[in-house]
Amino acid sequence: MELTSRTPSGPLAEKWDNHRFANKLVNPANRRKYKIIVVGTGLAGASASATLAEQGYQVHTFCIQDSPRRAHSIAAQGGINAAKNYQNDGDSIHRLFYDTIKGGDFRAREANVYRLAQVSNNIIDQCVAQGVPFAREYGGTLANRSFGGAQVSRTFYARGQTGQQLLLGAYSALSRQIHKGGVKMYPRREMMDLVIVDGRARGIVTRNLINGTLENHTADAVILATGGYGNAYFLSTNAMASNVTASWRAYKQGAGFANPCFVQIHPTCIPVHGDYQSKLTLMSESLRNDGRVWVPLAAGDKRAPSTIPEAERDYFLEKKYPSFGNLVPRDVASRNAKEQCDQGKGVGSTGLAVYLDFGDAIKRDSQETILKKYGNLFQMYEKITAGNPLNEPMMIYPAVHYTMGGLWVDYDLMTTIPGLFALGECNFSDHGANRLGASALMQGLADGYFVISTSIAHYMGTTKLDAVSITDPHFLSIQKNVGDRLHRLLRNSNGSPTGKVTVDEIHKELGKLLWNNCGMARNRQGLEEALEKIPGIRETFWDKVYIPGTGSELNQSLERAGRVADFLEFGEIMVRDALTREESCGCHLREESQTEENEAKRDDANFSHVSVWEYKGDEETPVLHKEPLTFEFVTPSQRSYK
Amino acid sequence: MSTIDLTLQIWRQKNSDSLGNLQTYTLTGISTDMSFLEMLDVLNEKLTKEGKDPVAFDHDCREGICGMCGSVINGIAHGPEKETTLCQLHMRNFKTGDILVVEPFRSRAFPIRKDLIVDRSAFDRIIQSGGYVSVNTGGTPDGNAIPIPAETAELAMDAAACIGCGACVAACPNGAAMLFTSAKISQLCLLPQGKVERKARALAMVKIMDEEGFGNCSNERECEAVCPKGISIRNIARMNREFIAAALFEG
Ligand SMILES: Cc1cc2nc3c(=O)[nH]c(=O)nc-3n(C[C@H](O)[C@H](O)[C@H](O)COP(=O)(O)OP(=O)(O)OC[C@H]3O[C@@H](n4cnc5c(N)ncnc54)[C@H](O)[C@@H]3O)c2cc1C
Ligand code: SF4
Ligand code: FES
Repeated sequence: MELTSRTPSGPLAEKWDNHRFANKLVNPANRRKYKIIVVGTGLAGASASATLAEQGYQVHTFCIQDSPRRAHSIAAQGGINAAKNYQNDGDSIHRLFYDTIKGGDFRAREANVYRLAQVSNNIIDQCVAQGVPFAREYGGTLANRSFGGAQVSRTFYARGQTGQQLLLGAYSALSRQIHKGGVKMYPRREMMDLVIVDGRARGIVTRNLINGTLENHTADAVILATGGYGNAYFLSTNAMASNVTASWRAYKQGAGFANPCFVQIHPTCIPVHGDYQSKLTLMSESLRNDGRVWVPLAAGDKRAPSTIPEAERDYFLEKKYPSFGNLVPRDVASRNAKEQCDQGKGVGSTGLAVYLDFGDAIKRDSQETILKKYGNLFQMYEKITAGNPLNEPMMIYPAVHYTMGGLWVDYDLMTTIPGLFALGECNFSDHGANRLGASALMQGLADGYFVISTSIAHYMGTTKLDAVSITDPHFLSIQKNVGDRLHRLLRNSNGSPTGKVTVDEIHKELGKLLWNNCGMARNRQGLEEALEKIPGIRETFWDKVYIPGTGSELNQSLERAGRVADFLEFGEIMVRDALTREESCGCHLREESQTEENEAKRDDANFSHVSVWEYKGDEETPVLHKEPLTFEFVTPSQRSYK
Repeated sequence: MSTIDLTLQIWRQKNSDSLGNLQTYTLTGISTDMSFLEMLDVLNEKLTKEGKDPVAFDHDCREGICGMCGSVINGIAHGPEKETTLCQLHMRNFKTGDILVVEPFRSRAFPIRKDLIVDRSAFDRIIQSGGYVSVNTGGTPDGNAIPIPAETAELAMDAAACIGCGACVAACPNGAAMLFTSAKISQLCLLPQGKVERKARALAMVKIMDEEGFGNCSNERECEAVCPKGISIRNIARMNREFIAAALFEG
């Protein structure tokens, strides 16, 4: 597998310009001859579809939900970063670049991250022009808030619904193109596999989720914008349909998968309350500005929080990190909370929670001030848990939130399969080993609005493609494989369900294993144990999974089963990747790689690279390739929060 | 942890072409901390284990923002709690012995696909007819080039908060899509960016709304009462003004 990043030459600030100039173009009259498939309508997919159609390409767009407006991006709350420096507080493209690359713990490509910072400003202008109702100051200018990992105020927001408003903006641009005939939209379709002809991506096979029909679609290029794989853990803050299927199918057809073990775990989520729980809800990180995190000093102390005297409380973050206290980065906060719970000091009915206490802040600033800042979050918390944070401490626990790993792409966002591109959370490109808050929305829209059209033009301008048809043997054979696989999934469903397992039971088992052994802290022993156990879980799944109904109708159990089948394979390369990354970096602690003070120790001498996995067959071990990361313009530094 | 026992009567319908009916299920030991959809998950897991077909229902974010979920519970779209989507409705709103009738969002314009799943693509077609500002990517002015008063931005945001769930249509005795359509028209006509096309937009969107089979507004205010995002019927008045102004101009 060749990993040519196509990083342009020249000074950092000129690379993107140089690249655009060097890339080939397609003249406007010729663009309509090319058909582009876009899978996914989140920020990345919706913006790419609209933009390519505006330029004249024939675009065919697919999504799982009943409407493109409902993609997982809709749920993002906090905001989107840009280097506008409207606040005149010292921000610049270079600073946004630096914060992002440092936040990623120096595991991303400099050139890609710099381009992201460059186009960030265009994104804000574009969204304003679409009518996105960003928050404004009284004078009518755009408002900003500050977010973790930055000392400047550069985050643009629309109440607590930034993702919704940005997605509705992209959806409106997409809708306009659907109306004009530039985009043909296929909702309630799931991409089941990728079709490659003569070494190039030439189409996909989809399942119509309403009636189960398998459909072939041809194209001159295929763009995946299918989001992250956090649901491998079963419980996460992702939407229920978020999955790895599209990326995983691409991997099995030859696309390299980069850094699958880089997963972000968010410290402030509402804790799990029972086995029936289906997903986790994120509470904004801003709560840590005023809340104090603690657990009882004594393990097993089950008294009500208000009856535990000050001297018997353990404010573990403040104690361990005197200078940052409760504001340590996401990974440090998450890890320490889990550590306390593992020691039996967790609170709540499950023992898997820590307190986030606003008592002191209320005494200091008054109830009114605190409500003004966090009123809506307190309300949301109360709705879900029936507890009021004004009277008793909140309970929080970390949860899987975002996946930095994804399909390997070059500077053009093309995977190792020619003609197959990956945008948004499903690629690995910009966040290294850790993503800063408010940067995923920025990346999704940068990829879709401002990067991909240059890449597509270059690809079309330099590639000669023969016509393909949906009845070509390549298409027919992939469709047959997809059909056979669905049959295999359904084969246990004749007869009674006794002695069989449900899709969710298996998914939960896999999720628990990954969470415990391949979560925020990992070690060799745990990872090897996981690697041994996963094949067994997979076997039970295929031998015993019971799926009611048939494949030729709307069948939600079958949909979930297909996704879980892929997570069961994918989990294994996550663990393999974690095993080979023998350093702590970004979001995860590798227990064997710690400083004397038990802090994460990055190992630049041996691990300053992107790990890229190549599929070699179901029975073979995948092969690890490395793309070395070199830093010409910044000097990697070690983090310290003491 | 407190639990309750319930009787559910759920609309079951195999597909668009078949007839449906209500079927009765009992559930015991439902934790009051569960969301309504988690309660349906529990039912579905039970049905699966009994070799029966689980209840099909739409959902995705389970955070009240994607607009995918929604059913009518005892006659109320999204259930009894105000300004709450079905996924954010918790079982502590119910008590042991309750009988819950669960039906899909019904409307002429929303054909049923299976059980509680309906086809709301008519909403997409309303937006496609004009629910946007016609700008291409690139070449837009600086975000601060046109100042917008904070109050205007807030009003636009109030309208933009619509999640497109369709509860307003299901609740309306006439099956009108006025609240949904007016929310988008309002958002865009309040903002300077949307003013340029306001007339064409109002005409086009209202026309499609009628063609799709949605009814007319007779001021019942049922839509506002069930809307999970608190979209105000003042938006309908604003849409009517936009439409009349545009129609006069055209005529
Ligand atoms: C609760 C929450 C809050 C967040 N808040 C922020 C924030 O404040 N700021 C920020 O920058 N980031 C935030 N993030 C992260 C950010 O929302 C996501 O990373 C981003 O939205 C991903 O966008 P995307 O376009 O790549 O994919 P998605 O929005 O996940 O879209 C994926 C699309 O692909 C489709 N799809 C997937 N698989 C298939 C298939 N097999 N066939 C067909 N279609 C398929 C889906 O239908 C969907 O349309 C948050 C994330 C969460 C979970
Ligand atoms: S107006 Fe309210 S009820 Fe109607 S679709 Fe929008 S959010 Fe749902
Ligand atoms: S599932 Fe998204 S709003 Fe209910």
